[in-house]
Amino acid sequence: MATSTSAQTGNIDNLSTASKGLSLNRFDSPWLNPKFVAGCILLLIVLLMSLLGPLVYDTTKARVASSPLNLPPMWMEGGSPAHPFGTESNGRDMLAVIITGAPRSLQVGIIAAVIGMSVGVVLGSLAGYMGGWVDGVIRTLSDAIITIPALAVLIVIAAYVKNFELNTMAFILALFAWPAPTRLVRAQVLSLRERGYVRMARLSGVPPLEIMLKEMAPNMLPWLAASLSGNISGAILASASLEALGLGPTRIPTLGMTIYYAIKAAAIIRGMWWWWGFPILTLVIIFVGLFLVATGLDEIANPRLRGASSS
Amino acid sequence: MEDTPAVPLIEIRNATKIYGGGFLQSAPPIVALDNFNLTIHDKPATITTIAGESGSGKTTLANAVLGFLNLTSGQILYKGKDITTLNYEESMVFRREVQAVFQDPYEVYNPFYRVRHIFDMVVKRFKLARNKAEEREVIEDALRVVGMRGEEVLEKYPHQLSGGQRQRVMVARAYLLKPRLIVADEPVSAVDASLRAMILDVMLRLRDESHISFLYITHDLSTAYQIGNDIYVLYQGGIAECGKTPHVIEEPRHPYVQMLINSIPVPDPSVKWSDLMEIPAEEEARKMDNKGCRFYARCPHRMNRCLEALPPLYTIREGQQAACYLYEDKHAQRQPAAPDLESVNQR
Amino acid sequence: MTVVNTPVQIGTGRSSVQRDVVLEVNNLRIHYDTPKGDVIAVNGISFQVYRGEIVGLVGESGCGKSTAAMGILNLVQAPGHILSGEVKINGIDLLSLDERQLREKRWREIALIPQGAMNSLNPVMRVSEQIRDAIEAHTGRQPNGKLKKEVLQLLNLVGLPARAYNMYPHELSGGMKQRVCIAMAIALRPPLIIADEPTSALDVVVQRVVSQTILDVKKRLGVSVVMIGHDMGLQAQLVDRLIVMYAGNIVEIAPVQNAFQKPLHPYTQLLIASIPSIKERKPLKVTEGLTHDMRKPPPGCIFQYRCPFVMDVCRTEFPPLLEREPEHFVACHLYNGKEKN
Repeated sequence: MATSTSAQTGNIDNLSTASKGLSLNRFDSPWLNPKFVAGCILLLIVLLMSLLGPLVYDTTKARVASSPLNLPPMWMEGGSPAHPFGTESNGRDMLAVIITGAPRSLQVGIIAAVIGMSVGVVLGSLAGYMGGWVDGVIRTLSDAIITIPALAVLIVIAAYVKNFELNTMAFILALFAWPAPTRLVRAQVLSLRERGYVRMARLSGVPPLEIMLKEMAPNMLPWLAASLSGNISGAILASASLEALGLGPTRIPTLGMTIYYAIKAAAIIRGMWWWWGFPILTLVIIFVGLFLVATGLDEIANPRLRGASSS
Repeated sequence: MEDTPAVPLIEIRNATKIYGGGFLQSAPPIVALDNFNLTIHDKPATITTIAGESGSGKTTLANAVLGFLNLTSGQILYKGKDITTLNYEESMVFRREVQAVFQDPYEVYNPFYRVRHIFDMVVKRFKLARNKAEEREVIEDALRVVGMRGEEVLEKYPHQLSGGQRQRVMVARAYLLKPRLIVADEPVSAVDASLRAMILDVMLRLRDESHISFLYITHDLSTAYQIGNDIYVLYQGGIAECGKTPHVIEEPRHPYVQMLINSIPVPDPSVKWSDLMEIPAEEEARKMDNKGCRFYARCPHRMNRCLEALPPLYTIREGQQAACYLYEDKHAQRQPAAPDLESVNQR
Repeated sequence: MTVVNTPVQIGTGRSSVQRDVVLEVNNLRIHYDTPKGDVIAVNGISFQVYRGEIVGLVGESGCGKSTAAMGILNLVQAPGHILSGEVKINGIDLLSLDERQLREKRWREIALIPQGAMNSLNPVMRVSEQIRDAIEAHTGRQPNGKLKKEVLQLLNLVGLPARAYNMYPHELSGGMKQRVCIAMAIALRPPLIIADEPTSALDVVVQRVVSQTILDVKKRLGVSVVMIGHDMGLQAQLVDRLIVMYAGNIVEIAPVQNAFQKPLHPYTQLLIASIPSIKERKPLKVTEGLTHDMRKPPPGCIFQYRCPFVMDVCRTEFPPLLEREPEHFVACHLYNGKEKN
């Protein structure tokens, strides 16, 4: 049929306005959204594993030469229950590596994304609300940096900074993480600026900063949270990529570096799938979890995505 | 409007707003507002109607008066001062004394907060109360004016109120600040018919009892007729006809205004529109280089004269002016009195 | 739910002329599911539409008129659902058909002009293509020449110039676009058209042109129209009979003259009195009153909280829709015992 007017026209006043698509619908708890919940569960699994793992398992086995070499996972022939996920050719136990490496990947991702996002929110709000030359400068800067192939630059930087820490890596990633949020926040602020309630606030003489914090921010929260999830995945991917190329921290085991060693030791040809398989699986679980959380929050922020059941 | 020695409350001088048309734009420029002039005095309080269809420039005018957009040329003076040059104190005074009520009674509420948030905002900003008790009193007082009680609405969320209630609360908020002027942009268009009278009645009472002037922006000439003192009918950015409301609506002179009034459906089944199917010429794209009258293409009385230049406002009589060459020569024989459009076959 | 709903009684054959019934709605009930209980959107309404007449369906926002329209077309979407009722077009109950049968019936037997229809025109297709699409969607492919003639004839019927055939929607004005939508609706010559506020987004001058187009189409094709709206002035000009709804219930059905000259139901009287006049300046009639919670309608008459004539019986007994004068029905206890025999 022609249009979606069935939903819009002449509806019971309260009902139609209750589910009208404004950003934060108070009666829409995130916990009711199945995608959000599923994503949280996945991330929770990884988190719990990282936190409780060291308590129940001996993580010193993640060190080089701490375990027998090249053992397959315990359900395969030759495997042993002492090393459930097998070991690799440097004597590291895979389960221990996963338990210690997963939180590190999350850590890098979260730090880089939070820094990038914070800078993005500040600059984006300034640009969107102020307009004029402030907007011009910020936009030019962020657009310029976005065009730079981040990975290439990161490789160069990483190659020069030898043996750096995890946090150093996070900061370097943050350098490239802020332009995209800036543009998106700017766009959001530009659109929110013309909303009725923002105009009302302006008419009431409320200063711009207060408007941004009290009027706009609460309505941007679900969207920001979704965006943050996306940025975290991006940062984790970037760090894992760098590590897989051998440019990560060498002294501590991370998921990416493990993959690097696996490739270096020709694990694929040797059929030692458990060496690169489990790190990748963990990364996939983290990505899928973050993706579901982001999608779930997006649906709350934008009820139109929820399909015909809304409004 | 009598000449008072006092500085007028609002004076709009040659306000012009042109969108687009710059070097980098591909679309031709659109003249949203063209040399608009209007004066509203502080006393006596009046309701001035700005009437027009979509695209007439009425919303542009409202936004300009409220300081939401910058004019291409011309000025808006508040108590003699250009509103773009106010310093901090002056702009706070301006914000307090010029308030607004908008069309969409839902969009103006931040869905994150309860209804009381809109009151808290202004009470805090303008220091209208010293403590919570006083604040509550001030708010109740404002709500009483619109016939509501605080306990009915303050702790609720916007979506829990009906459209009519939300709009009334907005009027209460505007009243709270005891402004001198309220810009009401289609305040009753989105409200049910049976509640419209209530809000219009509130406007009348605010004018008569609290001496608050209104700039009432609407497309509905019927409500304008009921409450307006003066009326300006806009067409494509310019004034077609203006004057005292009864004069303009009962005896319209500008062909556009006549067409408008003839098109209003009469709520009496025994008085039907004529059976003749009338097709007015379709509204042409506005042209910047069209020097003549903007209504030319659709006007049943068009003449060659109309293409030469924009007609100025001619005075028909005390309290009525129309921008139409038909009235150029006051001594001319032909003084069409509200011509019957039914007799003009337009195809 | 504590509302006692007595079955609707529509007087039988009191009027001397037996007319062709095109649409018959019987006890249509539509509810909306919400987390806090069902909202009764349409509370068992019944009415008829005769051949060749325009029936106005009026009421304020939230009264259920658009929901009812969707129900008639069987297009109600979740969270709404049709609880019960019959919708008979030329004797066939639409609500009992499956999706495939419905598709055949739609557009042939009943068409829709939705609100803001002109905004639903595809901006990248020419007018001719869109009308052809509308036709072929319900009749299957047609030979080119035949279709072209059809489309040109339709454009003529709605008063559009032939050159509109090749135009794109953005080249047309709002009124012209809406007339294209009317053309699409009458393409298969359905006996009934549902027009949901077809002129609400248009300027008053264009509104008149489009309204007259609808009147013209009715005269030439003999099509019946259910005209949904809230502008009483417009209704006075267009409709033959008026159905007034309040909070999901029909409160009055009357020939348009009666509705405006002697409205019986207090709500109708309120609606008529609220119409601002362009002829004389008179004091505005202000009404007070709360609306009730749509999830828990009060027992008895749903208008009790706003009715200036409310009596005790109104609070307990639901007033049935009864015929008081030929073709004039009202659901109000004020007229109980005053039934004309």
